Amino acid sequence: MDFEAVIGLEVHAQLLTKSKIFCSCSTEFGAAPNSHVCPVCCGMPGTLPVLNKRVVDFAIKLALATKARVNPVSVFARKNYFYPDLPKGYQISQYELPLAEGGYIEIEVNGAKKKVGLVRIHMEEDAGKLIHDETRPVSYVDLNRTGVPLLEIVSEPDMRSPEEAVAYLKKLRSILRYLEICDGNMEEGSLRCDANISVRPKGSDKFGTKVELKNMNSFKHVQKALEYEIKRQIALILDGKEVIQETRLFDVSRGVTQSMRGKEEAHDYRYFPDPDLVPIEIDDNWIKEVAETLPELPDAKKERFIKEYNLPEYDAEIITSSRKLAEFFEACAKALPKPKLISNWIMTEVLRELNKEGKEIDETNLTPENFVELLKLLDEGVISSTVAKKIFPEVYKGANPAKIVEEKGLKQESDEAALEALCQKILEANPKEVEKYRQGKKNVIGFFVGQVMRETKGKANPKIVNKILTRLLEQ
Amino acid sequence: MAITKEEVKHVAHLARLEFSEEELETFSEQLADILNYVAKLNELDTTDIEPTYHALKITNVYREDEVKESFPTDEILGNAPERENGFFVVPKVIK
Ligand SMILES: [Zn+2]
Repeated sequence: MDFEAVIGLEVHAQLLTKSKIFCSCSTEFGAAPNSHVCPVCCGMPGTLPVLNKRVVDFAIKLALATKARVNPVSVFARKNYFYPDLPKGYQISQYELPLAEGGYIEIEVNGAKKKVGLVRIHMEEDAGKLIHDETRPVSYVDLNRTGVPLLEIVSEPDMRSPEEAVAYLKKLRSILRYLEICDGNMEEGSLRCDANISVRPKGSDKFGTKVELKNMNSFKHVQKALEYEIKRQIALILDGKEVIQETRLFDVSRGVTQSMRGKEEAHDYRYFPDPDLVPIEIDDNWIKEVAETLPELPDAKKERFIKEYNLPEYDAEIITSSRKLAEFFEACAKALPKPKLISNWIMTEVLRELNKEGKEIDETNLTPENFVELLKLLDEGVISSTVAKKIFPEVYKGANPAKIVEEKGLKQESDEAALEALCQKILEANPKEVEKYRQGKKNVIGFFVGQVMRETKGKANPKIVNKILTRLLEQ
Repeated sequence: MAITKEEVKHVAHLARLEFSEEELETFSEQLADILNYVAKLNELDTTDIEPTYHALKITNVYREDEVKESFPTDEILGNAPERENGFFVVPKVIK
């Protein structure tokens, strides 16, 4: 029997506001424990939460970017449960009337495009952080994160494979980053993902028993946890056993999911409207105001890059997946109208450095000006591509390419007379190879080019060297 | 409407309360009485009436996104039975 997976994702995105959602404490990451806490966010009786308007603006932004319907009236609700990271005994969230409903995110896997529907987007407050002691049976509570604004984005169960789930998550992250409302850092927890997953015979329209997966803090974890869980559920069914509805944690070190017993009964949250907070009314004017601040989004930018710069779809996809990288590309393309050359270099040399350091382009010292200058030197034949690649790491660190070329004397040797003399010398020194060439082994020419390059420390213009060598050898 | 002792136990557990058998008996009766009293409202015809989400007729109360000083950590931890290095210390909770 063939099986298919049915996957829905619940994503929590920490918003890039300066202050918390209901009080004026800072949201800064990494401060000393319990230093960004006040009576409101630590749940002292008698305090009153007041909503940060920017949180609503950010939520509307995401709703517009995903074509979700913004509800004209939305309200906050209390989600009641006890846990030491939740000082009030309830989390302020949204239940009955979330900020937005519907909408979709478009993904592409193996060339197939697909719209993944959204159920809802709602606002809520984050809980504190718990650190468990390894040696004593105690936990430490830090409430700095308590009250940091979150958006929860719930998808429809529209994904059918781990690849689709990862593509959805990557696209959502890219949109959040384009909107500049979340930094999308999964390792630091500013973007968190839980999954609901079940399997069923392929083609069936019924849902199997679903399992909730938690503790996946990278794209790789999401992929691995889902892959494992699909295998586990299929094996159970083939064995005639039942899948139990439960929450399972991904165990990173072993690459498996494990049952998290005992939290089941806690799913009785007794939501009710929070009397401390008044309803949010959003009219067309407000939506229009926010709409005017929307940047060009990844899908639109990708299409435009393909049309305007003739980039291959793959290059356009990679370059537009980060807004900063896309802006870097465009700044370069304006200064040097050779988009394909620029994209080739971004896709190889630039991305290699960025991935090595795990950085965004704007966090580096590589400027469009220096990068364009390097490519110009290459394009005009002043330096060879070997030299260009060799000095790129320095340019990436902020050095000026023209200066490096000047100081190190790296200019390409294009003087035909000088090169011809050198070629002649090398042919004379290697009579056996010359003989081979003349007997028909034409690829020996690569050996001679290599020799010339070695003699000139990579500075010889390979095109001219090739031409000269061919001429001399064919004589 | 009748409330079973099991239901009372469940709600009590969610609120981390413990009751004796006798109390469970009493509260089952009292809770049933309260719910029946409120159930009177069901007799009203509420078709076409917007649900009330808030007792006050005001909407859209906001603050600007500005950071103000938080409280000193010492004061925040002031009521904690146990603390260490700026943290609250609680009995170990399993993730
Ligand atoms: Zn606060």
